[in-house]
Amino acid sequence: MSTRVINWFKFASPASFFPLAGRIAWWFAVPAALLAVAGLWLGLVVAPPDAQQGNAYRIIFIHVASAWMSMFLYLVMAGWCAMSLIFNARLSAMMAQAVAPTGALFTVIALWTGSFWGRPAWGTYWAWDARMTSELILLFLYLGYLALRQAIDEPRRADRASAVLALVGAINVPIIYFSVRWWNTLHQGATVSLTKAPKMAAVMLTGMLLMALAAWFYAIAVTMIRLRAIILERERHTAWVGAFAGAVR
Amino acid sequence: MSGATAGDGGVWPGVAWSLRRDLRLALRSKAELGVQLLFYAIVVTLFPLGVGADPTLLKALASGILWVAALLASLLSLPRLFAIDFADGTLEQITLSPYPLPALISGKIAAHWLTSGAPLAVLSPLLALEFGLQGPELGVLALGLLLGTPTLSLLGAVGAALTLGLRAGGGALLALLILPLYVPILIFGAGAVEAIRAGVGAGGELSVLGAALLASVVGAPFAAAVAVRIALD
Amino acid sequence: MSLSEFFSMGGYGFYVWGAYGFTAVLLTVEIVAVRARLRAAKRAAQAQEAGE
Repeated sequence: MSTRVINWFKFASPASFFPLAGRIAWWFAVPAALLAVAGLWLGLVVAPPDAQQGNAYRIIFIHVASAWMSMFLYLVMAGWCAMSLIFNARLSAMMAQAVAPTGALFTVIALWTGSFWGRPAWGTYWAWDARMTSELILLFLYLGYLALRQAIDEPRRADRASAVLALVGAINVPIIYFSVRWWNTLHQGATVSLTKAPKMAAVMLTGMLLMALAAWFYAIAVTMIRLRAIILERERHTAWVGAFAGAVR
Repeated sequence: MSGATAGDGGVWPGVAWSLRRDLRLALRSKAELGVQLLFYAIVVTLFPLGVGADPTLLKALASGILWVAALLASLLSLPRLFAIDFADGTLEQITLSPYPLPALISGKIAAHWLTSGAPLAVLSPLLALEFGLQGPELGVLALGLLLGTPTLSLLGAVGAALTLGLRAGGGALLALLILPLYVPILIFGAGAVEAIRAGVGAGGELSVLGAALLASVVGAPFAAAVAVRIALD
Repeated sequence: MSLSEFFSMGGYGFYVWGAYGFTAVLLTVEIVAVRARLRAAKRAAQAQEAGE
């Protein structure tokens, strides 16, 4: 066994992580596509129609995956924000900056697919159930982060301010979720819970897991490419970018 | 201010100092304070004009309207927490003072609340009469607002500090950042009034508002202090 | 199931394909946009290098 100590901070600079990010993108893009094909095959073709909802329930395969990712990516983003504040690390802040748009996108997808599932299954495009309402507020949290980043010209101030915002948001997400759930039990009355999914056959469960994994790998790949763009944009005036630009010609 | 290094002074003297200063400054422009209350009154009055004067409908909507309008009024008044001091360089001086910055910010927020949230809470029962609320409902509304508006000021201060000096988007950006955080306060504040209307007690809701206030008092001044330093660097 | 059954989804075609279609469009747009952003960043870096 080698006695080499792993230097965790070896890749902590934008310069050293830049080439690695490109490779990571490919490592995850290909499996993401394969997982998606497999998941879609199971979800759209193999899995049988539901007893109550017929074929409409098939939306669950993208709805659940996107909803999980929207929440997971917010935590990831907040985690990188915390790192950036604790270690005063530029690359951590850039990671958060790279993740945010993808997280917001998955939130939009979750809301849209949830809405299109709600209409055939429960009769309405939007009902104020706890999870969808919380998902909507999560979208506002993402957009707020992106808007604040945009509004601040100076990159380091933008990093720090949006990091504080993301952490305050992350602390509040459980509070918001439980408040909305409490609110929902008050006003729900006798209506059906919109988020009770049909009973899961093994095929359905497998399909959902495959799609969730596909979404996760997709998010990693896209984030890595966006990160490369962000690094080039922000580090434009450094020597290594100059060398890279000269070599890439 | 003396030449002592920042943070040497005590917490409570710091709170008292900035509370007294900001109150004095705020009370100089009494018209501005009156305008904020007027804004609240006008927004509240818009809703019946929009949805019609059906008494049953208004009673059902009252708690939500009175609370949402309070949130909006709070948003409107937040920029003056830091903006004026920031513009003329006083804020920077304040961060160099011997008192701890979170303490100074707490005093600022307290002064802000005393001149915006507190009067609004006192005024609210009068406006609630327009909606046909009565007796205990009015009391729970006012009490809820008294408990909730300081939290709005505390959370809002963090947002105001983060958006210091930004011209792009201005007030709308602050609203986007802060309103999601306001949602729990809104839910429990309006929920308290609804509970009384339904004939059950509002103790639970008011307790949650109290707990939120305590948590904000402990956490928000520090977050705001961090945000102020980020904005000034 | 047959191809026509696949498209109609038991009458729910609008909803199922509305959901899947929207997702596909959004993800495609994201991929295209991100790669365009990277290309633009590379070009800007080259222009910077050439200008110096």
